[in-house]
Amino acid sequence: MTDDDITVVFRHESGRVLAGLVRRFGDIDVAEEAVQEAFLIAIEHWRRDGIPPNPAGWITTTARNRAIDRVRRESSRQERSVAAMHLRPPASDQPEDLDPVGDDRLRLVFTCCHPALELPAQIALTLRLIAGLQTAEIARAFLVPETTMAQRLVRAKRKIAANKIPYRIPTDGELPDRLPPVLAVVYLIFNEGHTATDADTLVRTDLCNEAIRLGRLLVTLMPDEPEAIGLLALMLLIHARTPARQDAQGNLVLLADQDRTRWNRDTIDEGHALVRQCLRRNHPGPYQFQAAINAVHADAAHFDATDWSQIITLYDQYYAVDPNPIVALNRAIAIGERDGPAAGLRQLDNLALDNYPYYHATRADFLQRLERLDEANAALDTAIALTTNRIERRHLTDQQTKIRNRRLGTMNGA
Amino acid sequence: MAQYLLSVFMVEGAPAPDPEIIPVMQAQVGAFNQKLQDEGAWVFAGGLFPAELASVVRTDSGQRLVTDGPFSEAKEHIGGFWVIEAPDLDAALALADEGSRACMGPVEVRPFQPNE
Repeated sequence: MTDDDITVVFRHESGRVLAGLVRRFGDIDVAEEAVQEAFLIAIEHWRRDGIPPNPAGWITTTARNRAIDRVRRESSRQERSVAAMHLRPPASDQPEDLDPVGDDRLRLVFTCCHPALELPAQIALTLRLIAGLQTAEIARAFLVPETTMAQRLVRAKRKIAANKIPYRIPTDGELPDRLPPVLAVVYLIFNEGHTATDADTLVRTDLCNEAIRLGRLLVTLMPDEPEAIGLLALMLLIHARTPARQDAQGNLVLLADQDRTRWNRDTIDEGHALVRQCLRRNHPGPYQFQAAINAVHADAAHFDATDWSQIITLYDQYYAVDPNPIVALNRAIAIGERDGPAAGLRQLDNLALDNYPYYHATRADFLQRLERLDEANAALDTAIALTTNRIERRHLTDQQTKIRNRRLGTMNGA
Repeated sequence: MAQYLLSVFMVEGAPAPDPEIIPVMQAQVGAFNQKLQDEGAWVFAGGLFPAELASVVRTDSGQRLVTDGPFSEAKEHIGGFWVIEAPDLDAALALADEGSRACMGPVEVRPFQPNE
């Protein structure tokens, strides 16, 4: 039993254990510290005896005893002494704190993603408390010093405690406001993994996997939320293409040029099944539309076989429920593929996306296909200036070199 | 139960509200205050004169020093506030939302430290 194995088991169980302890003790810090202590004890015992048959139960019992000890130690303080009077020693090996139906974790998800917390704090708390990542791992993932991430987490937990941010599942009436931030946090973690900001690697598989794990958890916890299913389907369908997104030299390969035999078929099949499952409920939303669009891509054996009309229809419906310019940009790309670059370019007019690199890269692509090479070159300048991932930048620079060479050829030939 | 300070801000140099709006706002705030009292959420509330009418007192080596004007050099000053009691932040935010509609401006929600 290596320490790495123990860490993996622990990470998978710690969210459940922690959520149960937060309910029991009403204090995230007490719960976290108890889980950390239980982890150190687990390393010591499991190294010697192997992982127990019910690791979550083992961790819960150990952590709960630690928490009770701590609360009793501090019971000189009035509030704590009241709490300690209500504490009971563990009655059996099957602790009641184990969160069998997942309500405790769902409550904690909504606490972590409360709108009164800034987005980076929501993301950090979700990774720390739900996904069970260590502070150092989250700091590495977001390229900030560990002390910065530790301070961010401390501040967020102080805000939760001081403000009494509740630990409860929102009512049905509140859910339309409260669910989107939860889904957004998970999708942002996925996107950060899919195209790492300011990094030398394109994909951070660790973050993609954590996001998918969180997505699966949300579906388990909220089986009746079609958007939660849509989000999981979307992440799986995008993640399935990862093996084909870079060539042997590590260069970015666009969807049009990917070797589709390298796509992960099992992941695609799972994504497809989820898309069918959520669309049957007939409550479409942004994640379900994006998942459905990616399912159409996954259906095409090669790029030229893509059913662009179906994709455009889906974008039309998507834009009707969520009229944002990025949806319009993606719709324009699909129109450009079906009706030609001039039609696509017309769709880009009046989109307020000046700071969005993909907008300029898309314009450049339409312009170069129309032989408007000077304008394409200028659009790529803007796209490159706005792009932070080095592998994406290299891709755009390569495109620009090709356009410049063609422009020279045109000039020499003239 | 926890107590929260709900503050309303006035921006220095911002145009004064339309004279026709003021009685509407006062009526709305009055109704909101009544609701807070009826629901047991009311602790205290009040509107303030402009910050330019404030004074600051300091004690410097035992000497009292009074200066004219507000303490904060910021452009935004507290213009009025409610102190409310609520079970948690969601309940406080719901009341702040109503307060914000009543006074037609943003409301800052800030928890009080509990009394030990």
